[in-house]
Amino acid sequence: MAEERVLMKGNEALAEAAIRAGCRCYFGYPITPQTEIAAYMSKRMPKIEGGVFLQAESEIAAINMVYGAAASGVRAMTSSSSPGVSLKSEGISYIAGCDLPCVIVNVQRGGPGLGGIQPSQSDYYMATKAGGHGDFHLLVFAPASVQDMADFAVWAFESADKYRMPAMILSDGLLGQMMEPVVFPEISSAQPEKPWAAVGHNNARPHNIINSLYLQPDELEASNIQRFERYEVVKREMASAQTYLTEDAEIIVTGYGATSRIIRSAVNAARKEGIKAGMLRPVTLWPFPEQAYKDTLSTAKVYLDVEMSMGQMVNDVKLAIECKRPVHFFGHTGGIIPTPAEVLAQIKALDEKIRKGDI
Amino acid sequence: MILERPKSLADVSTHFCPGCSHGIVHRLVSEVMDELQIEGRTVGICPVGCAVTSYNYFTCDMIEAAHGRAPAVATGVKRANPDKVVFTYQGDGDLAAIGTAETVHSATRGENITVIFINNTIYGMTGGQMAPTTLPGQVTQTTPYGRDPRYAGFPVRICEMVSTLSGCAYAERVAVDSPAHVKAAKKAIMKGFRNQLDGMGFSIIEILSTCPTNWGMTPSQAIERVRNEMIPYYPLGVYKDMTDKGGVFGDK
Repeated sequence: MAEERVLMKGNEALAEAAIRAGCRCYFGYPITPQTEIAAYMSKRMPKIEGGVFLQAESEIAAINMVYGAAASGVRAMTSSSSPGVSLKSEGISYIAGCDLPCVIVNVQRGGPGLGGIQPSQSDYYMATKAGGHGDFHLLVFAPASVQDMADFAVWAFESADKYRMPAMILSDGLLGQMMEPVVFPEISSAQPEKPWAAVGHNNARPHNIINSLYLQPDELEASNIQRFERYEVVKREMASAQTYLTEDAEIIVTGYGATSRIIRSAVNAARKEGIKAGMLRPVTLWPFPEQAYKDTLSTAKVYLDVEMSMGQMVNDVKLAIECKRPVHFFGHTGGIIPTPAEVLAQIKALDEKIRKGDI
Repeated sequence: MILERPKSLADVSTHFCPGCSHGIVHRLVSEVMDELQIEGRTVGICPVGCAVTSYNYFTCDMIEAAHGRAPAVATGVKRANPDKVVFTYQGDGDLAAIGTAETVHSATRGENITVIFINNTIYGMTGGQMAPTTLPGQVTQTTPYGRDPRYAGFPVRICEMVSTLSGCAYAERVAVDSPAHVKAAKKAIMKGFRNQLDGMGFSIIEILSTCPTNWGMTPSQAIERVRNEMIPYYPLGVYKDMTDKGGVFGDK
């Protein structure tokens, strides 16, 4: 079948790809700027065999409905935006503690508190460090285009099932709302067996228990250690980054998601002026692609981290390069999007420092 | 044999205190699963509270939910698997305080699930604090001078409240303080599960229960309290029954 390019909003492309990836249950609650996902699901799910769309009474109920559906072995998803994801954090922790696969989409808006409804990247900490209480991680994917929104929906479901982990697609209002051409990925219909699922034992096996409670400290510790051993495998197999003109780059500009598009424009402009700048875009935020950063150390003299936040990713960059080079930060928050010209100005200032021997 | 352990009740010791009603109710739910022959296609959702480890006692597949979220988890399981039998087993703090929204909205949606609600007017697991159902004047760890409604508000009457919702097919309050009441409780639980098999909508069975440990009573004193204090405040009976009207959507 010929690949069909269609023009779609990021949120809708993600929803369509999720369905194609076998998502059969969607539970959500309205919040700007992600509501198109729910609206799309409400149209499509009733037309699909076994498809479930349900508007929950709260973000909390929505994530717990996902918990139930995922516990019964079904591919399930919820989506929200920043304040709503805060509310889901309890459920996300339970899902991680029970080793259940599911997909959570965060179309980020500005914060803290009610914040604003414009694009933001200020949930990096929440996604990568503090998805809820307890020792756990989420898989975190950072799309940078409408095509990524579609591709990563599939990637997230498949990885979540493979590693029995909740996966988060950390998008933002820019990617969610903008329209671009998208080609939907070919998807194999095979899904892994889920012999652990609580879906009725049919009197054919001992009962399955989905649970995160361990009253004996040694049992809880053993469970956490086992999970973190799995995380080491995930780190080796999943860490992903995209590089652009980094082979000889003295200035590595790094940023994820929509910001990486702005960085790319700025890097192109810098190259036209003879500045050796390159881009490193982390594609997975957890696991963080540390090796990709280390690989740039041979030419890099300085790093510039650009985000739509107050600099939540800076420390991860510093750790990845083991603080062997200075890491500068430039960003906007509150829904203001950095411009290529602003990033270029930052690059030029760093280049001048290099030329003067200040770096 | 006159009395044997229901197949759906695991052959293990429970952690419940002497004189606690949970053991009786666990047995009744298990007997109903046996008699309806549904254990193999049932998924139970247990709460946070004294019944948190019920996943070790019921032999059907079990999911342990976050505090108050059991009806949302049940909704997820049931919507994904409409052919399965799904029940929640929740206490008063879980169902009527932190989980009120989930209770009300699963009821008003007419979720085709069965809710077993243990009302013992106290938080048991955490050591006896005021519950949403704690009676006026009742002394608990957090109402040391007795619950004063002017200060701590009034108790919540769940069956009365939920029965006003169109999605609620069946709401009955029972007690397990006497053999006659235990028999009636089993009948109500049986009806709650049958309703689900028949697609009637949301069924809730509220069971007035004892907590001798946190009430500071002997088991027999606790039973007397159910009779003399709880039943007068929480009258037993059927508050809603849509089963002869074709269920909540009128199509059964």
